[in-house]
Amino acid sequence: MTEIETELRVRRIENGTVIDHITSGKALIVLKILGLPDSSHGVVSVLINSHGIYGKKDVVKIENRELKAEEVDRIALIAPNATINIIRNFNVTRKNKVHIPSFVEGVVGCINPNCISNSNEPITSKFKVTTEDTGLKLRCFYCARVISENIAENLL
Amino acid sequence: MKFKDQHIISMREFSREMIDHILNAAEKMEPIAHGKHKSDLLAGKVLAVLFFEPSTRTRMSFETAMIRLGGDVLNLGSVDASSIAKGETLADTVRVVDGYVDAIVLRHPKEGAAQLASEFSRVPILNAGDGAGHHPTQTLLDLYTIKRESHLEGIKIALAGDLKYGRTVHSLCYALSHYGAHITLISPKELSMPEEIISDIVARGAKIVETDSIEDAINDVDVLYMTRIQKERFPDPAEYQKVANRLKVTMETLKGVKPELKIMHPLPRVNEIDTRIDDTPHACYFKQAFYGVPVRMALLGLVLGAIE
Ligand SMILES: [Zn+2]
Repeated sequence: MTEIETELRVRRIENGTVIDHITSGKALIVLKILGLPDSSHGVVSVLINSHGIYGKKDVVKIENRELKAEEVDRIALIAPNATINIIRNFNVTRKNKVHIPSFVEGVVGCINPNCISNSNEPITSKFKVTTEDTGLKLRCFYCARVISENIAENLL
Repeated sequence: MKFKDQHIISMREFSREMIDHILNAAEKMEPIAHGKHKSDLLAGKVLAVLFFEPSTRTRMSFETAMIRLGGDVLNLGSVDASSIAKGETLADTVRVVDGYVDAIVLRHPKEGAAQLASEFSRVPILNAGDGAGHHPTQTLLDLYTIKRESHLEGIKIALAGDLKYGRTVHSLCYALSHYGAHITLISPKELSMPEEIISDIVARGAKIVETDSIEDAINDVDVLYMTRIQKERFPDPAEYQKVANRLKVTMETLKGVKPELKIMHPLPRVNEIDTRIDDTPHACYFKQAFYGVPVRMALLGLVLGAIE
């Protein structure tokens, strides 16, 4: 695909956020985390299995919205290599890699059905996050159960 | 070491120094636990016993500990008959009860319940078991028994039974690894200790051997820790029978063991230990049950600030 063809499919945005280097296939989960599409925002465009320098990746472009820090933290859990580019006036004004938080609250539900966090108590789920060579691990602050696979499926 | 106003939730965060401190305090409590000395160390203090599922032994052991130290016990009774049936949250129950008492012992069927309670309580929470989760006072009394009846440093211990789901056995292994223990894990393959836990405790300095036969291990160890295997873990009752018979201690099993071998069991036992063993010097399980009292006395004294 030439530059022009890409341009036709996914146009540049004037103001907003481009989330690049999303783990291939995870773009729709990123949208879910951000509560998109949402009628109050501008155009959202998604590229799935786009060819990047490091292999396939997904890209999400959101017009007229800049992400909050906790939204970025959530994205890090499912796409740890993503970069967040803030666009103003067609220019990248800030480019940050997501960083993996050491603790997440209210983001993921515990997979243990007998965990107190899955009952009608006035608490939010909490997880300690660790990164190992095998990948991300979330350890429930309440029951200590570890979630290491399919984190996306347990997003709240 | 500061234990005053601390919650006792899980063994995970206990350092060797903390464990040693509690065990030393327990040793001083022993004459009082036996009723040989009177004590009013906790006079005027009230302990709430909040059990959302029955566990008579643990409850009585805490109540005895409190009463022997001159304190009072407020037993909230069978909870299913009261608030829980009305749908009150644990958080609300704790916020009400903490106004009546100086400490709360909690037993709850959900994992993580003690952690939750500690976030809402103004008084120390002592976890007396939450679901398949933590049961730190059991681990501490197991350690205390090993210390009193054998020795902790470099102990050669065999743990037999359901090592996959038995979380109190997991906590015990973590704690023993502080003492450079040689641990033999005896279980049927279906119920062996999870790999993740084995690698954790090896990294902490324990030496691990795995086998599926008590006979292979028993002659070499100082302590044999038996646990119950639950029938429900086996889809096929015949499979259970095979396993249950293999992990059994009889007089026959004891031929060739060290004279000082101690056999422990958290009780209740089903048929893992032949009752004829009760009269031998190897039997240690009833003493182990008693040792729960001085250990819980020590913990209550520490978190209520009556001792340091
Ligand atoms: Zn949990």
